[in-house]
Amino acid sequence: MCGVCGCGGAGAGLEDDRTGGPARHGHGHEQEHGHEHEHEHVGADGTVLRHRHDLHHHAHHHPSDHDHPHPHAHPHPGHRPDRDEDGTTRLLRVEQDILAKNNAGAAANRELFAAAGVFAVNLMSSPGAGKTTLLVRTLTDLKGRFPAAVIEGDQQTSVDADRIRATGTPALQVNTGTGCHLDALMVTRAVGRLGLAAESLLFIENVGNLVCPAGFDLGETRRVVVLSTTEGEDKPLKYPNMFAVADLLVINKTDLLPHLTFDVGRLVDYARRIRPDLEVIQVSATTGDGLGHWYQWLETGLAAARRHRETDCR
Amino acid sequence: MHELALSQGIVEVVCTRAAADGARRVRRVCIAIGALSPVEPNAIEFCFDAASRGTLAEGAVLEIRRPPGRARCRSCDRVVTIAGYDRPCPLCGEGRWVLVGGDELQVLELEVE
Ligand SMILES: Nc1nc2c(ncn2[C@@H]2O[C@H](COP(=O)(O)OP(=O)(O)O)[C@@H](O)[C@H]2O)c(=O)[nH]1
Ligand SMILES: [Mg+2]
Ligand SMILES: [Zn+2]
Repeated sequence: MCGVCGCGGAGAGLEDDRTGGPARHGHGHEQEHGHEHEHEHVGADGTVLRHRHDLHHHAHHHPSDHDHPHPHAHPHPGHRPDRDEDGTTRLLRVEQDILAKNNAGAAANRELFAAAGVFAVNLMSSPGAGKTTLLVRTLTDLKGRFPAAVIEGDQQTSVDADRIRATGTPALQVNTGTGCHLDALMVTRAVGRLGLAAESLLFIENVGNLVCPAGFDLGETRRVVVLSTTEGEDKPLKYPNMFAVADLLVINKTDLLPHLTFDVGRLVDYARRIRPDLEVIQVSATTGDGLGHWYQWLETGLAAARRHRETDCR
Repeated sequence: MHELALSQGIVEVVCTRAAADGARRVRRVCIAIGALSPVEPNAIEFCFDAASRGTLAEGAVLEIRRPPGRARCRSCDRVVTIAGYDRPCPLCGEGRWVLVGGDELQVLELEVE
C-alpha cells in the first residue's frame, strides 16, 4: 500500500500467473508538487471547492449552479475570469457511479453463487486477527461435511493458500501487489480458475485491512468481520464503514481474555451502534472454544443457499 | 480506502464521457463523495492529479461535493440527516435506521471544451 495517500495499485496476480508479478501502476507521487496556488472554499451546502492554478492553465471556474460569494481577495497573476466567455465550454451531466465496474462484477458473481447454491463468505479483518487460523481449523473440523473452497487474498506470498491446501481443501491465492483489498473482478477470475462446486461453501479471505475491503462488494452472500481481543474495543467506532457492511462479527482469541483488559460487552455495544442487527460469535480459533456457534452459522447459511437454488430452479 | 484506484475510476468515467462528446479537454470535474463513504477526499484529490496525467482530464479542476448522510429512521419513519454511523436519529433518538444517501461515490458532471 502506498504510504503517502494510503492507496494501492490495480492489477492483481493470480497464483501461477507469474508473467511478471503484480502490475505496476505508475503511481508517481511527485516530489515537487509545485502548484503556484491552491485554495479551497466551503459552500453553505457543505460543498468543498478546491481550485488550483498553475502558470499554464489558469482557468478559474465555478459551477453555474453554485453561486456562493467569492470573498477571497488574493492576487491571481494572469487571472482571467474566462468562464464561458468564448462559448467553447459546455457542461456534461454524468451521474455515474465510480464503482460501477466493480458493482457490475459483484452482481454477476452474486448471480453465479445463487445459481450454484454456493454460500460465499467474505472474511475481513486487520492483519493477524486470525482469519487463516480460523479457516484452517474450520476446514479441518468440518472436513467431509460439504464441499468447500478458499480464495486467499494477500498482497504477497502464497503462504495462506498453502496453509489451507494442507487441510485438503482447494485454495487459490490472489496476490493484490500493492492493492489493499480484493475486488469483484479478482474474485470472478479466481472462481474461474478454482471452479465452483454446486452447493458448496466458498470462503474469501480478504486482504488484512479494516478500511478498503469495506468499499468493495465482491458479490459474496455474507460479510464477516473478524476482530481479535488484542485489537481494542474501540475499533467499530474507528472503522465504522467495515462494521456498517458486516453481517457477522467474530470475536477471536477469546483464550487471551484472562491476560487482557478487553471488555467484550463494550465492543459489542460499539459495533451495534454502527450496525444494530449485527450478529456476534465469540471464538478461540486455537483452543476451539465457541466454534460450534460459528459452524452452526455456516451450516444455516449453506442450507439457505441450497434452498434458494432449489426454489429458483423450479 | 483505495484512493488511487478510485481516482483511476473517476478519470476513466470522465474521459469516456468527454471523448464521446468530442471534447478536446476537460476543464472541471464535479464528483460526489458521500460524507459516510469510506473515502478520503484529500487523497482522492491528490491521486486524481497523478491519475489524470496524460489524459483529457489533465489539469482539470476537481470539485468535490460532500452530500451528508441521510437515513430513514426505523422508529419515527422520517428521513433525517445522520452525522455518523454511530449516531442515533436526531429527532427521536432511535439507533436503528436505514441509510438512504451519503455513501455515494459519483461523477456528477463535467465541463469540457
Ligand atoms: N491466542 C490465539 N492466537 C490466535 C488465535 N487465532 C489466531 N491466532 C494467532 O494469530 C496470528 C495471526 O493469525 P492468522 O490466522 O495468520 O491471521 P490473519 O492475518 O487474520 O489470517 C497467528 O500467530 C495465530 O497463531 C486465537 O484464537 N488465539
Ligand atoms: Mg491470513
Ligand atoms: Zn427517529
